[in-house]
Amino acid sequence: MAEEYSLYNPTVMDHFLNPRNMGDLEDADGIGEVGAAACGDIMKISLKIGNDGRISDARFKTFGCGSAIASSSMATELVKGKTIEEAMQLSNKNVVDALGGLPPVKIHCSVLAEEAIKAALDDYLKRHPEMAARVAAAKAQKQPNE
Amino acid sequence: MNKVYLDYQSSTPVLPEVLEAMLPWFRDYYGNASALHELGIRSKKALTRAREQFATAIHAAEPEEIIFTSCGTEANNLGVKGSAYALQSKGKHIILSTAEHPSVENSVAFLEKQGFTATRVPVDRQGRIDPAAIEAAITPETILIATHYANHDIGTIQPIELIGEIAERHKIQFFVDAAFSAGWLPIDVTRLRTGLISLSPHRFYGPKGVGVLYKNRKARLLSIISGGIQEGNRRSGTENVPAIVGAGLAMEIAETEREKRVAHVSALQKRLWEGLSAHIPYICLNGPLPGDGRHPCNLNISTEFIEGEGQLLLCNAAGIAVASGSSCSSKNLKASPVLSAIGQALTLMQGNLIFSLGKDNTEEEIDYVISSFTKIVERLRGMSPVWDAFQKGQVQSVIAPAK
Repeated sequence: MAEEYSLYNPTVMDHFLNPRNMGDLEDADGIGEVGAAACGDIMKISLKIGNDGRISDARFKTFGCGSAIASSSMATELVKGKTIEEAMQLSNKNVVDALGGLPPVKIHCSVLAEEAIKAALDDYLKRHPEMAARVAAAKAQKQPNE
Repeated sequence: MNKVYLDYQSSTPVLPEVLEAMLPWFRDYYGNASALHELGIRSKKALTRAREQFATAIHAAEPEEIIFTSCGTEANNLGVKGSAYALQSKGKHIILSTAEHPSVENSVAFLEKQGFTATRVPVDRQGRIDPAAIEAAITPETILIATHYANHDIGTIQPIELIGEIAERHKIQFFVDAAFSAGWLPIDVTRLRTGLISLSPHRFYGPKGVGVLYKNRKARLLSIISGGIQEGNRRSGTENVPAIVGAGLAMEIAETEREKRVAHVSALQKRLWEGLSAHIPYICLNGPLPGDGRHPCNLNISTEFIEGEGQLLLCNAAGIAVASGSSCSSKNLKASPVLSAIGQALTLMQGNLIFSLGKDNTEEEIDYVISSFTKIVERLRGMSPVWDAFQKGQVQSVIAPAK
């Protein structure tokens, strides 16, 4: 019944009603905040990143609709345990797919989640130039093969 | 508490006796009201009876002044476009407000593309139209004043009688959108001095699929649907006899019970607003305080630091059916034009929720909504980075700014 008569699919509803990783991180290594309340969505993502360059924890806080909350919940789930390089590759489509789809008018929520993750990673790399150099070097090495 | 329906402004259930009255017209008396045999004449008589019920309810001089359409939106389209087309040889200027229902606003916008011009008179912070501003907008070219009785979004009741006086003095046709008012607010077309007024039966316990346009004998109107000569050649198309029969009865009952229903919902409206404002900090009412200036069913609020669709979804999860004017809740991602017209802050437009009451709501339901909604607000604020920033003093409240 919940499936038939709800605005979103059961996965989206589950992430909205039981959001994963909601909150802030004490001593976050990277924080990204994107959006504007006037437009209806603000997402804030906090990341904990180890010396190995791996995301050990992620949290979100979101002002927004059901799909914005579900997208940020899912995005934090998707980047936990990932390396910075892997998390950089996260696309809004990954978020949409993991959520089992979003209504067309709500796709921008997943874009915002991607942007919030990237903003948090950028914040981390700004604070850690040595890691930024490592990521850039790895990228440069990888590109000729592509 | 099982389910609480607080979206009566978007639609009401059909009264059991109304449904009973409709059934034979589906099953036994299916004749086309234009047909000349027994079943046809039976249907035609049923239409006449419904016309009389509406004419009596709104004090129309004759039943023939009642035109049946397929819905309130069609009645508004016919009232606005039909007037403009009928009067275009006299002028092409239309006056309306900035807070009209889309069926009026978009009808005028459509006419503007065809060479008509329009002046949109602003509303104040409470959504009220200033009659003097309407009068000031009149030009020698003005052929129509089109406005609403009670606002569909924030419940503001307009000074319709005063606007009607102005229209009469300047001999300008006056159309009133009463789709959200009929059945709840008194309608006396002689006092309102309106040439045309629209009604929507599914908002007062009648069926969907039928709308009503009252047209004073003196008002000029051109049909906007081409076809046969139904409804005195004002609205072509086979009449929806079962719905019209149901609508007539619903109108009659609404008038008989109006004072009782209004007293009931008014008390609940006050209880709901007082309960919400006592329990939840940083919320505000959109539109006038409950009382004479506000539709007794409507409560439109904005809750700061959280967004409306999330509120709506959590209400739904708690069994409470409500509406929201936030951009995330709308299909075109645009926030409520009425909240914009009253100059509401952008963030408060996003935190918008609309409760609308009906005759069957109870005090227990209202108390459940107050306690549930208080928890919903706490939960969403707990997720909101803006609430965080406010707690840390990084942003100000729009509702209660610090000195």
